[in-house]
Amino acid sequence: MKVIYTDSLVIGGGLAGLRVAIASMQRGYDTIVLSLIPAKRSHSAAAQGGMQASLGACIKGEGDDEDVHFSDTVKGSDWGCDQDVARMFVNTSPKAIRQLSAWGVPWSRVRKGDREVVINGEKVTITEKDEAHGLITSRDFGGTKKWRTCFTSDGTGHTMLYAMDNKAIQMGIPVHERKEAVALIHEDGVCYGAVVRDLITGELIAYVAKTTTIATGGYGRLYSVSTNAVISEGIGNAIALETGIATLGNMEAVQFHPTAIVPVGILTTEGCRGDGGLLLDKDGYRFMPDYEPDKKELASRDVVARRMTEHMRKGKGVPSRYGDHLWLDITLLGRKHIEKNLREVKEICEYFLGIDPVNEYIPVRPTQHYSMGGIRTKATGESPTLKGLFSVGEAACWDMHGFNRLGGNSVAETVVAGMIVGEFVADYCAANPLNVSTSTIEHFIKLEEEKISTLLLREYGENPFELKAQMQKIMMDKVGIFRNGEDLTQAVEQLKILNQRARKIALRNRISSSNPELVEAIRVPKMIKLAQCVAYGALLRTESRGAHAREDYPQRNDRDWLKRTLTTWKDESSDLPEVFYEDLDVMKMEMPPGSRGYGVDNTIHHPDTEKRIKEIEEIKAAHPEADRYEMHDLLNPTPIPEKFKGKNERIGRGFK
Amino acid sequence: MSEQETMNEIKTVSAQETVTEPEAVSTQNTSAEPEKGNETERILKFQIFRYNPRKKGDKPRMVTYEITEAPGMTIFIALNEIREQQDPSIQFDFVCRAGICGSCAMVVNGSPTLACRTLTSKFPDGEIKLLPLPGFELIGDLSVNTGKFMRAMSERVESWIHDQDADKVNYDKLEERMDPDVAEQIYELERCVECGCCVSACATKRMRPDFLSAVGFIRLARYALDPRDKRSDEEFYEILGDDDGVFGCMTLLGCEDYCPKDLPHQTQIAYLRRKMLKVK
Repeated sequence: MKVIYTDSLVIGGGLAGLRVAIASMQRGYDTIVLSLIPAKRSHSAAAQGGMQASLGACIKGEGDDEDVHFSDTVKGSDWGCDQDVARMFVNTSPKAIRQLSAWGVPWSRVRKGDREVVINGEKVTITEKDEAHGLITSRDFGGTKKWRTCFTSDGTGHTMLYAMDNKAIQMGIPVHERKEAVALIHEDGVCYGAVVRDLITGELIAYVAKTTTIATGGYGRLYSVSTNAVISEGIGNAIALETGIATLGNMEAVQFHPTAIVPVGILTTEGCRGDGGLLLDKDGYRFMPDYEPDKKELASRDVVARRMTEHMRKGKGVPSRYGDHLWLDITLLGRKHIEKNLREVKEICEYFLGIDPVNEYIPVRPTQHYSMGGIRTKATGESPTLKGLFSVGEAACWDMHGFNRLGGNSVAETVVAGMIVGEFVADYCAANPLNVSTSTIEHFIKLEEEKISTLLLREYGENPFELKAQMQKIMMDKVGIFRNGEDLTQAVEQLKILNQRARKIALRNRISSSNPELVEAIRVPKMIKLAQCVAYGALLRTESRGAHAREDYPQRNDRDWLKRTLTTWKDESSDLPEVFYEDLDVMKMEMPPGSRGYGVDNTIHHPDTEKRIKEIEEIKAAHPEADRYEMHDLLNPTPIPEKFKGKNERIGRGFK
Repeated sequence: MSEQETMNEIKTVSAQETVTEPEAVSTQNTSAEPEKGNETERILKFQIFRYNPRKKGDKPRMVTYEITEAPGMTIFIALNEIREQQDPSIQFDFVCRAGICGSCAMVVNGSPTLACRTLTSKFPDGEIKLLPLPGFELIGDLSVNTGKFMRAMSERVESWIHDQDADKVNYDKLEERMDPDVAEQIYELERCVECGCCVSACATKRMRPDFLSAVGFIRLARYALDPRDKRSDEEFYEILGDDDGVFGCMTLLGCEDYCPKDLPHQTQIAYLRRKMLKVK
């Protein structure tokens, strides 16, 4: 039995995982990162448009601060987020971006003087202030009051990931590549690392650690068409679920991005619309202002995706052999702008569509994009039920996104949560000795060995590729943008059958070392379980909130559903997860539930909402002298680590 | 050997299909308008390098697979179809499948390139030969260990900002300013995705196993340009200034020809040489 010991084990080498690794290493703890692939190839690299941080340096960002960012984030989440976490996040994001700047990210900068931009389809000249020259600039994104999204052209994730991985290399953090965690090791409610399969040799290795941080990204590949990388299969979430102890949060909260290209589903950034691009229908008509006269193309993602789908259902989509789509028009931005700020988009259009977006419209359709759900954690990043297990980034339900994530808030979450959770990981390493029996380690290794040898010995059985394709189709057809009870019931039943069939997978290529079919056979049963969590959670949630839109329950129902879905899988032989809920406490909210300002507000309110609004008014009236920082503490004090408590400086405003 | 037999079977089955297809193509072409011609199905013939160094007795060989082309098909889509429907053992690497992550470089009909964004329609005769990227450790079939190479490269060129004060920065305060043009120039060089095409296309690398290669040069040029990196020319010389560095380059510029991101390798190599000549 091969056993590797460390203090801080991080599963996943994207932005979030690397940032946690850096934090624990900086605090002096031995750290190992596991990755399926070279770290710089992680899906973080595909983030194009930018990272939200309220620096307020560019003229259209003037007046921005943590409070505005907080309000956008909470509204965007349809009040489904954890406001403590959202507050920690917005306060730390400006620090994270400045740190990355010192670590080498070539953020695009403010250039003083006049420049021409496109706003609401019109060319407008804006004038940047002399004193802001050379500071980090920002662009407009959906669902935000200010221009807050900081960027490097449309390769933001790439430059952030390169800077982060380079920092990790500088610090000598080992990244064990081509390793897949297939199970967690735990004893008496404490996690002690993972059973890991070497994807080249096939060897099973126990990585034993004080803390285990899952940073494996989202579960987009449960759907047949997704903007996600092919490795975003949710396996980190699944191994947490399979402990029967850790819980997953809000798995039914799945985001569809308005503008992925048809048919392959590759993303074109929200920056296209942020920079002035428009959505057009088959008649070349700009339809978004009819639906959302205020925010138009820059309404929140869930809203735009639904409006596009509605419009196509009215027969206004452009017919194609791959079904209907709409047009994204960025021609009005001009060649110079596209070649500088949207060059990845241009490359993608050229290579995959054979078109030049400088002159031609881009065929787009809403496509699965982001997983708001994930491993439920406390604000510290630790699982509330399985000690020593942490999760961070898209893999986690830290819960700053609730039921809809704002564009630019995901790469921001990876690095901000990485900073914050990284400190709590190090605290845990400091406070807890590693105390696990070798028989426990052996037990978990044996279990996985048995599973693999069963797969390699079975003569006849199910084909893992076929099972996966069937699961993906069910999710596409029945658990999509608009959902209803009938489809969801069918999805739940059909997935149950797949779950049973997935217990009888047989291989054609029966070798234990490097073997893509075996990898699939290990992953597919896990993916089906996750799909069941998503579908079942969606069926049970009889309301519409953020990206979870029920045609049969169109109202947001705070009275009955202002709560987070929690899912566990306690009994391996059962064919459905257990679902329960935790309430969000309105009386602690800094920002009580209200209207997002899209369409008709038909919310069924929570009885506490009015009470809390009144209470806040009273607190405000009683403390007229309190500045905005003192007011947070009065309304809802949040536990920000000491390191990140400082106020953030802004041009023309200081630390106010 | 049973695997080899299965391959032959596959080959025969697909070959039968090809016999009937061309006739269907010609009838459609005469009746429909010209553009429709592109949409008729054709059979693609993939010749793929197969070798699993971990399998006892396995020998390197080329195996042919035939599949029906679909509209908009990329090598990514084709290889997955081959794996799912014909041979589940075939190894290759894709991650983003959007030309962003650099995982899938391989030699396609003689040229190193990103397979994920290579459309099969580019090849008029429908014959596509795939080989693993040379210059890297082979994992199996089309999969090579670029990760190991790139990490070593990053360590060798010390691919990070060298500034003793970088960790003392107070992040609550305004960030250090940078000229907007300089930021853009750095991004231009930072667009490298470490795919390894330049390494595999480099004749000097073939002759000098420790040659740094264009991926290392462009990385160093990126840091040399960055005002945040405080390294002196002398320090860069230590890394670059020998025959395994920028003076070993024979200027055949396979890197420039095959870089999928169109990075300015030629200019940067010249820039580094001039910069290094100034040292001492």
